[in-house]
Amino acid sequence: MVLEFTEDGIYCPAGRFHIDPWRPVDRALVTHGHADHAYPGHRHYLSSAGAAPVIRHRLGDIDIEGMPYDETRDINGVRVSFHPAGHVPGSAQIRVEHGGEVWVVSGDYKTTADALSEPWAPVRCHAFITECTFGLPIFDWRNDAELSAEINGWWQTNCAEGRFSMLGAYSLGKAQRVMTMVDPSIGPILTHGAVENTNEVLRAQGIALPQTIRITPDLDLKAHVGALVVAPPGALAQPWARRFGQASQGIASGWMALRGVRRRRAADRGFVVSDHADWKGLNAAVKETGASRIFTTHGYTAAFRQWLEEEGYDAQIVETEYGDDLLEAEEAPA
Amino acid sequence: MRQFADLFTTLDQTTKTSRKTAALAGYFSTAPDDDKVWTIALLSGRRPKRTVTVTQLAEWAAEKAGLPMWLFRASYDVVGDLAETIHLVLPAPEQTRDRSLSDWIGDIRALAKAEEALKREAILDAWNSLAGAERFVFNKLITGGFRVGVSQKLMTRALGQATDIPEAELAHRLMGNWTPETTSFAALVTDPDPEADLSRPYPFCLAHGVEDEAAALGPAEDWRAEWKWDGIRGQLILRGGQHYLWSRGEELMTDRFPELARALDFLPLGTVIDGEVVAWDADARAPMSFAALQKRIGRKTVPKSLLTQAPAILYAYDLLEDGGEDIRAKPFSERRARLDALIAPLLADAPVLLSPDLPFDDWDALAKTRAGARAAQAEGVMLKRADSPYHAGRKKGDWWKWKLDPLTIDAVMIYAQAGHGRRANLYTDFTFAVWKGNDLVPFTKAYSGLTDAEFRKITHWVRRNTLARFGPVRQVPPEQVFEIGFEGIQKSTRHKSGVALRFPRMLRWRHDKPVQEIDTHAHLLNMLEEYG
Repeated sequence: MVLEFTEDGIYCPAGRFHIDPWRPVDRALVTHGHADHAYPGHRHYLSSAGAAPVIRHRLGDIDIEGMPYDETRDINGVRVSFHPAGHVPGSAQIRVEHGGEVWVVSGDYKTTADALSEPWAPVRCHAFITECTFGLPIFDWRNDAELSAEINGWWQTNCAEGRFSMLGAYSLGKAQRVMTMVDPSIGPILTHGAVENTNEVLRAQGIALPQTIRITPDLDLKAHVGALVVAPPGALAQPWARRFGQASQGIASGWMALRGVRRRRAADRGFVVSDHADWKGLNAAVKETGASRIFTTHGYTAAFRQWLEEEGYDAQIVETEYGDDLLEAEEAPA
Repeated sequence: MRQFADLFTTLDQTTKTSRKTAALAGYFSTAPDDDKVWTIALLSGRRPKRTVTVTQLAEWAAEKAGLPMWLFRASYDVVGDLAETIHLVLPAPEQTRDRSLSDWIGDIRALAKAEEALKREAILDAWNSLAGAERFVFNKLITGGFRVGVSQKLMTRALGQATDIPEAELAHRLMGNWTPETTSFAALVTDPDPEADLSRPYPFCLAHGVEDEAAALGPAEDWRAEWKWDGIRGQLILRGGQHYLWSRGEELMTDRFPELARALDFLPLGTVIDGEVVAWDADARAPMSFAALQKRIGRKTVPKSLLTQAPAILYAYDLLEDGGEDIRAKPFSERRARLDALIAPLLADAPVLLSPDLPFDDWDALAKTRAGARAAQAEGVMLKRADSPYHAGRKKGDWWKWKLDPLTIDAVMIYAQAGHGRRANLYTDFTFAVWKGNDLVPFTKAYSGLTDAEFRKITHWVRRNTLARFGPVRQVPPEQVFEIGFEGIQKSTRHKSGVALRFPRMLRWRHDKPVQEIDTHAHLLNMLEEYG
């Protein structure tokens, strides 16, 4: 096997490196900067050039090297390259080739293009290790134009009524994505510190984001009534959110496709904005790789595996420690 | 149906009561009368008769979406709602039609006697003509269970705003046996004939739980106490030569408890009594445990053997109508005195008996009485302010339930299962075990009592500590200890542990307790001995 599944994470014995390991290892190849893929404690990190700044920002003083997409490197006789995954800026699938056999680790991915991340590029392979966070046919995303109109409509109405629109979105990726989806002419965009910190890292690497205002204790909110407030979902339920009074609250997440989850979060509005592939996206991705062996890592692994098997693939479940989605994972810093 | 679907969307898109009320009031001021009646019906838990089975719907939807049935079921398991699952998997409609809510319901009702092929064609055609929320609403009309975070109280308030009829009066008008098929907006809401429905119950008065100390309720002499029974709340109505028994959920239970027909031999017409249906031990002159009554729940008709094993009576504790007069506005002390006068003289074999008044001099004395509730087959005590009227619904201040603390046991989690609906992406349903020698014996499941943050934490842990999977169930190492609270314990032959708990839930996650120190199976059996 080109790649093995160990207690530390996905491992390449020939190349002696791990991919997205959850326990400290010597050499880790990392698909992207989300906490369940980029763990602290490894000796050497290798990621895409676009993902490296955020990983360094989150993990502090680490030994990390960024590699341009599509460039191939030899690690102990194994050919390795990073390819866009369309999940968040810099996110990558990792292609590993050894002895004529090609394996691809998807990391997290989204197959439809958005205005922020490098678009997903399918990579031909023999074995494909895929996430399936939204691996059920109930998940069927609408296009960004429709979603933009929906979010803008909500913001506009609240703005006209003199209320803040608070949008819960994960601080790396989702937050910036919604910023690029909204119409900045409606009003100012205010950001929670966790979101703005990420914005700064991304802007410094040349990613264009609309103008934002960091929310600080002494920011004069009265001067910004009707603004869009972008914050991690967890922050909406915390005392931090009280400053904004009778604001309307929304959450941007693929999980908002389910009425029950939205009701549990007690948000006024749920916007089905996901940075993962939906059912159609997953199926298209698997097909486009041309792989005959599929490993499902996280999400609705059992159902997606069975479906793939019925479609004629050799499909297996792999237990990993990757999260199913970040909606529940991120607790905003106090 | 666009107007109704828009209302549904508005209600669904806000968590603020004032906005919901405004949206509903606006709808009630502008919608056609027929639609209004159906809307009231749907929001008060009534729905059109089911003319298509859920199995048929699921099959047609899976087929239309090109999915194998197992995958449709797996999806349904996650969504937790059939109407929503169907809506989510179906392809987008190819056309749209705007017809009124009542028209669509008319179509659904017309399918009652249709051949299966015709039903299928009609449903597929509807799915292909309704977009967005309308299609979801249509599915809900067929499958029932419209939960939009609108209580009957909120709906009544909005209707009051739209019609200028007082809320309490409206609440009463909307009670009872009506169906949208047989009434009109005028007959139901604006101009009802009080004689038209003799079975119509009064809205039930509901209590809140005592928050901390009963003593905080003020001077003891302002209050009356009685046992809080562990039975089925019921309102017995004797009018026009007939008797009717209503549940708190506004279900007519008359036929389920035929014993109460004899009430007509003992009590005058024009009487309405609030009380608790309990299984009665005539020799002991006391209620049996809830387990006895449980056998009769859910049975539409009762076999003779059950009538002898678990005979039911109404344990009366309030009088709402006396001599045909609505006396709900009178103080509780007066209603109770009239009730005593009516029931006390009855023979011991009457089907309506008096739930005893529990006299007490001060709060400490009542606390002592309450401590003995389990022995009396009660859950605790009820407190009612002596000068209070019989309120419609749950109004804070005059009625309180003061329940016993639950029984508890420390146990370890051994299996976890993901929830559905509101909890689709969290592990929330757990199986717990206690020690029996060196083995762990599973004895209960529980799925409530933790905060969302705790469920997130445990979900994280379950994902990282899965030993084995059995379909949706994951086996985990026995490490996480919880204090389980429950209201009662019964013998059970169906469970390996030999016991079944009533209302088990997680009271606390015991991070401090090592698994070696959890309770034992012997301890459970002792509890069964003592409280079973």
